[in-house]
Amino acid sequence: MGNLFKIAIRNLLRYKRRTLLTASLITVGVVFVLAFVSVAGTFKNMMIGQITDSMIGHLQVHRKGFVASIETLPLNLNLKGGAIGKLEKILNEQPEIEAYSPRVKFGGMFSNFTETSSIRLTAIDPEREFKTVPLLPERVSDGSKELKPGGILIPELLARGMKVKPGDAVVIVATNADGSVNGKQFIVAGVMESATGPGGRDGYVHLNDARELLRMEGQQVSEYVIRLKNFGNMASFSEKLDALLAQELNPQGKPMFELHTWEKLSPFFNIAQMIDLMTFFIKLMLIAIVLISIMNVMIMAVYERIREIGTIAAIGTLPGKILSMFVIEGFCMGVAGALIGDLVGIALVWILNLSKISYNFGQQKGIILQAGVSPADILMISATVIIVSVIASLQPAFKASRMEPIQALRHT
Amino acid sequence: MGEVAVQALRGVSFEIEPASFVSFVGPSGSGKTTLLNLIGCLDKPTEGTLMVAGADVAALDRKASAAFRGKTIGFIFQDFNLLPVLTVYENIEYPLLMVQKIPPAERQQRVTALLEAVGMADQRDKKPDQISGGQKQRVAVARALVTNPKLVLADEPTANLDHGTAYMVLNLMKKMRDEFKTTFIFSTHDQKIVGEAETIFTLEDGKLNGTTSKGGNGHGQSL
Repeated sequence: MGNLFKIAIRNLLRYKRRTLLTASLITVGVVFVLAFVSVAGTFKNMMIGQITDSMIGHLQVHRKGFVASIETLPLNLNLKGGAIGKLEKILNEQPEIEAYSPRVKFGGMFSNFTETSSIRLTAIDPEREFKTVPLLPERVSDGSKELKPGGILIPELLARGMKVKPGDAVVIVATNADGSVNGKQFIVAGVMESATGPGGRDGYVHLNDARELLRMEGQQVSEYVIRLKNFGNMASFSEKLDALLAQELNPQGKPMFELHTWEKLSPFFNIAQMIDLMTFFIKLMLIAIVLISIMNVMIMAVYERIREIGTIAAIGTLPGKILSMFVIEGFCMGVAGALIGDLVGIALVWILNLSKISYNFGQQKGIILQAGVSPADILMISATVIIVSVIASLQPAFKASRMEPIQALRHT
Repeated sequence: MGEVAVQALRGVSFEIEPASFVSFVGPSGSGKTTLLNLIGCLDKPTEGTLMVAGADVAALDRKASAAFRGKTIGFIFQDFNLLPVLTVYENIEYPLLMVQKIPPAERQQRVTALLEAVGMADQRDKKPDQISGGQKQRVAVARALVTNPKLVLADEPTANLDHGTAYMVLNLMKKMRDEFKTTFIFSTHDQKIVGEAETIFTLEDGKLNGTTSKGGNGHGQSL
């Protein structure tokens, strides 16, 4: 085998310019894909991190049917006493969970005593919430990052539109589950940026205040937000937890809970999917580049060496060995292109990071690009290039191995 | 336009003794190369029997033909046909390495011995484009003999060599025949070179037109 490699490498070096051109083409392709995968992947991970760590969490559990009606924030679909106990018992037994936090979600009217506007409120236990969505306090752009009973965190656009600032008194009016309307005065604790861009009418209040405002009897929770120790295990843990929750049935014998990953709850998952789709097409382009360039160069190589093929076939080289010779040439070119491409790609990502390129996401300005390329990506891209190189050289190699020596020797 | 079938050889029948030095002569188009290709298992007769070294080579399939050639037959080509990416040493070593899988020590011993025999030991590390035509043909002779074949076929081996070098290569082939007891069959239309052969088969229009033997190795005309 070593001798086949020696002959293949010498044959590649025989046409230095052509080999260099082909390897360069593959290298450019690999560099481009690595840079794209790295930057797009970094942006995607940052986006997912922002959304999950400052708003949605990794997973959410609701009473069955809540998410389908989430636009109306139905209080009658809140989890209550027994269900809460069962759910918390299950969650407490899961070692994969880093933290979880109960929330009550409701809609109301926001008044600054002169004007009134609608608002969507999430009532939280700040200590538990900030462990579950740790970037939530970072969204407070003005005022206190703490949320004490009697305080309210309001969205930036609402604060601007209603001309309120931290320390101002406001009133929230909400309808409770039995239809009666109640009001409660709050002090604006802070003004929050939206996690996902301009807009948003979501504010936060303390869980105790929501219970008082909504005249809740006993414990009620609209949703449990869950943070995992390892985000990468979300899919497998989600399956496990879903199976556990499915065992909990209501008196009608139907499932009591529903579990959703962040992907099912955020429209930004579509953007993440688009990034994955673009990455896939970029990889397809790389495959096309490698396939066409290697096949082209191998077809040329076979054509130029017909007499040599005739000679080695005449002196007894078996067809399989002739096929191997040409396939190994394609393999070597693929390996060279992939290796050089990997090195240049890693260097390019390093330079990109050194350049401290900044970009904006949502309300967050000047995020510094910290592109990273994972060993798994490098391995996957390299393996793709090498496998495609071998596949591309198979047809010309097969043609070479099937040549009749007598005709090949006559070739001029 | 279809292909036109050409009958290159007709009714040719002959036998060649082991360790003989045989030449097929005749003008261009007389069928010399076709005959050599048939003997060398590079082509198959449309009818008749072809026995080479005791084997019915007409019945061999593609892979078996290749294996038979690698084991039994050595080739010397008019244009030398050395592999340009290999050195002189590696060109001679190639059949042992890629065709016969001979162990390294024996390989080295056989290649070195042949390099000495053809007088190319001092050129062993040169590539084919760094040596002369005569030297290339000496390397080709060594490559043909390195597998200890029963038969060496040489198609116009001296056509691209000057007269002096051609004689030198022919003498080398004769010497190798004497040393290795290998049958040498070559085709040529160079009458001066023909004189070196012990048995001469004359071909004309695809037919065997006569046989001349020198030194008792011939078998007379057998048509």
